[in-house]
Amino acid sequence: MTPPAAGSAPPTSRLDARVPAGPISGKWDRHQFELKLVSPANRRRFTVIVVGTGLAGGAAAATLGELGYNVLNFCIQDSPRRAHSIAAQGGINAAKDYQNDGDSVQRLFYDTVKGGDYRAREANVFRLAQLSVRIIDHCVAQGVPFAREYGGLLDNRSFGGAQVSRTFYARGQTGQQLLLGAYQSLLRQVQAGTVRLFPRREMLDLVLVDGRARGIVVRNLITGAIERYAAHAVLLATGGYGNAYFLSTNAVNSNATAIWRAYKRGAFFANPCFTQIHPTCIPVSGEHQSKLTLMSESLRNDGRVWVPLQAGDRRPPSDIPEAERDYFLERRYPAFGNLVPRDVASRAAKQVCDGGRGVGPTGLSVYLDFADAIGRLGAPVIRERYGNLFQMYERITGEDPYRAPMRIYPAIHYAMGGLWVDYDLMSTIPGLFVLGEANFSDHGANRLGASALMQGLADGYFIAPTTLAGYLAATPLRKVDAEAGEFDEVQHAVTARIDRLLAVKGRRTARSFHRELGRLLWDKVGMARNEAGLREALARVPALREEFWQSVSVPGRAADVNQALEYAGRVADYLEFAELLARDALERRESCGGHFREEYQTPENEARRDDERFAHVAAWEYAGDGREPVRHVEPLAFEYVQPSQRSYK
Amino acid sequence: MKLTLLVWRQAGPGAPGKMVPYPVDNVSPDMSFLEVLDVINEGLVARGEEPIAFDSDCREGICGMCSLVVNGVAHGPEHATTVCQLHMRHFRDGETITVEPWRARAFPPHKDLMVDRSALDRIISAGGYVSVNVGGAPEANSLPVAREVAEAAMDSAACIGCGACVAACKNASAVLFVGAKIRHLALLPQGDPERARRAAAMVAQMDAEGFGNCSNEGECEAVCPKEIPMLNIAKLRSEYARALWRRGK
Repeated sequence: MTPPAAGSAPPTSRLDARVPAGPISGKWDRHQFELKLVSPANRRRFTVIVVGTGLAGGAAAATLGELGYNVLNFCIQDSPRRAHSIAAQGGINAAKDYQNDGDSVQRLFYDTVKGGDYRAREANVFRLAQLSVRIIDHCVAQGVPFAREYGGLLDNRSFGGAQVSRTFYARGQTGQQLLLGAYQSLLRQVQAGTVRLFPRREMLDLVLVDGRARGIVVRNLITGAIERYAAHAVLLATGGYGNAYFLSTNAVNSNATAIWRAYKRGAFFANPCFTQIHPTCIPVSGEHQSKLTLMSESLRNDGRVWVPLQAGDRRPPSDIPEAERDYFLERRYPAFGNLVPRDVASRAAKQVCDGGRGVGPTGLSVYLDFADAIGRLGAPVIRERYGNLFQMYERITGEDPYRAPMRIYPAIHYAMGGLWVDYDLMSTIPGLFVLGEANFSDHGANRLGASALMQGLADGYFIAPTTLAGYLAATPLRKVDAEAGEFDEVQHAVTARIDRLLAVKGRRTARSFHRELGRLLWDKVGMARNEAGLREALARVPALREEFWQSVSVPGRAADVNQALEYAGRVADYLEFAELLARDALERRESCGGHFREEYQTPENEARRDDERFAHVAAWEYAGDGREPVRHVEPLAFEYVQPSQRSYK
Repeated sequence: MKLTLLVWRQAGPGAPGKMVPYPVDNVSPDMSFLEVLDVINEGLVARGEEPIAFDSDCREGICGMCSLVVNGVAHGPEHATTVCQLHMRHFRDGETITVEPWRARAFPPHKDLMVDRSALDRIISAGGYVSVNVGGAPEANSLPVAREVAEAAMDSAACIGCGACVAACKNASAVLFVGAKIRHLALLPQGDPERARRAAAMVAQMDAEGFGNCSNEGECEAVCPKEIPMLNIAKLRSEYARALWRRGK
């Protein structure tokens, strides 16, 4: 494996996002008018596949059903209600300005573009901010029990560095309540006969006919049967690729297979190196760990982050005197202290642990200490503010954070990168739309808190149903059913791959490969990256992939419930995707948002963006196995928000 | 810790099942119960044997996918905890622990510890929603909802649809699950127009799915990981009676 030559490969083409012309505030309205429509009587003649039932997929399937399309909706779990959107805690942003604190569509737009470190498409972000207010209206009408004030009006809280209170929430279960709203709307359409549900199906490939997305091939996870479904268009809403890192806050079944297969069929993959690492997660307790659990970032309001001053100090925290502690965030960032943004806090924690000063049995955690706050405010106030979080921490760790400091460590949380989409959310494959976390989206290089739910629902309830109609009405699509020869070919490829996995009959588990890959990605393509490490990852991933196909053990049969087979297929895809992730991180020779290249930092160790060379989206085109993918760029122009350098000193 | 898990293995819906012992060493008290199953499965896979099939997803107690009866209790011995959040420090070294699937007529088995809970989705399909289409919603603050009403609705809406209530009930009744959704939507003004229709349709579907009747034992409330109280069952009854009364008029 020869590493790619130094210096960015010259872009071979410029991608056109087909952003409508005119002032930013009128783009979406005018575009909606200009898009062609499908009349109500004709909609049922169109079949649409939606893969995924989270906030983006569930909302899209429900809405398309309401409009009268014939919808086929697939999910990997036993029920659409279990999609991982359900685990979102904090809230959903909307520019309602209910608090009279100066919020506006313009400000939400500005905060999101800036929070994304100037690597998002302005027109998309503006539309997102505009639609945010209608999302709240719709969710309230569905019966989502948002928190309210005593006067009966909706309550807000502040979040993620914003200077206004625009976050709507339902206790610590906002994602759950929004998802159940979408799920209930979806099941209403199932009852009405417009949506057919296919739970416990895993999408294993995309079918193109005449160069357009016309169907999918899935595995029925109960019978093991390979099933094929044809449609006029395909919507992917299958979430992010965080589980490539083995340990993340993602659900254990979240995976990258659907988007990876679409990539290999011609959809460009944008900015895979933009991964968000959340600073306040419960640390890894050992080799057995299967996932990581997030603790709300709000804890950093009253908790102080520290490690021992001396490396290798194994004393219990209570025995370490004040003078022998390093409150490293307060020391390095006196202005923002413990409340620096996610990426900065995460990197700082990693650095002290790498320097041998991490605490806990594994040495991979830092203290988040509430002793001062408890002393100042009293335990009852702390309990009122964070009681449920303290309880969750104690349930998982068995330690009481009222008596000893919490231990936290950063974890992979969210993928800003994903399949490239134009303004209509359509990928480079005509007829393939990508929604929610699965697309490369509106968050640039870093997502703000409470914005993922907003984006998923904007894509699902409002944008995709509108732009899909424009595509269907404007595109001559010949009749295609699942008996077409193109489906035979794809099914053959899917079956051959499954047979190959079962035929290896090696001695090593897919899990052990996944764990090894995850450790490599975390070390070399994690919170801080450098050229040598990325080149090492690019050399080691293919070797690991080779070994996987030589020695993986996948017991059982294809025609049965076979969780070992499901998992091995996902790991095989991570072993391919990981290379693209590292390659994208290598080629982006700047630091921005969640992508920190050690070579590109200011003397104060802050991220140094390079707007001259990298104010663009990098979108990768698959060029065949064993061949280097082609890097395309979509230049980003900032007409409404002036890029600036972030500092938190 | 050293433990033995006595696990229900069943090749498929029609096949006979049996309890199979799996000794496991080096269990850390910090492991979750599902991570012990992961360790056993990794050993089985490495030896080319079929792993134990079980459902899980978020592993942080909110998706409702995990569904194990541990030592005879749905979700195991810890109060208000899903089995994915049950940690091994609550067990003794040397203990033998039984692991079984949800057992109910309305939850037919798939394999090993996996069952089919789609009956719960069909009950929601029958009426567990507010009939609003995207686009028509009024301004969100146009309809004030008293804070205590919103909080009470949220208490019921917190249900994760795991089905532990059914698994724990000697009658395999789903009234706590159904009652929670009926109460959530009946309390809110947005759900009010369809109250009667919703209650009647959801109860009819619940009966059609083969769930048993409620005999007020309260096992459901005892195992509910979200502490949904039996108050929701009382609400189901009053809403159902109200629906019948209105239909009769």
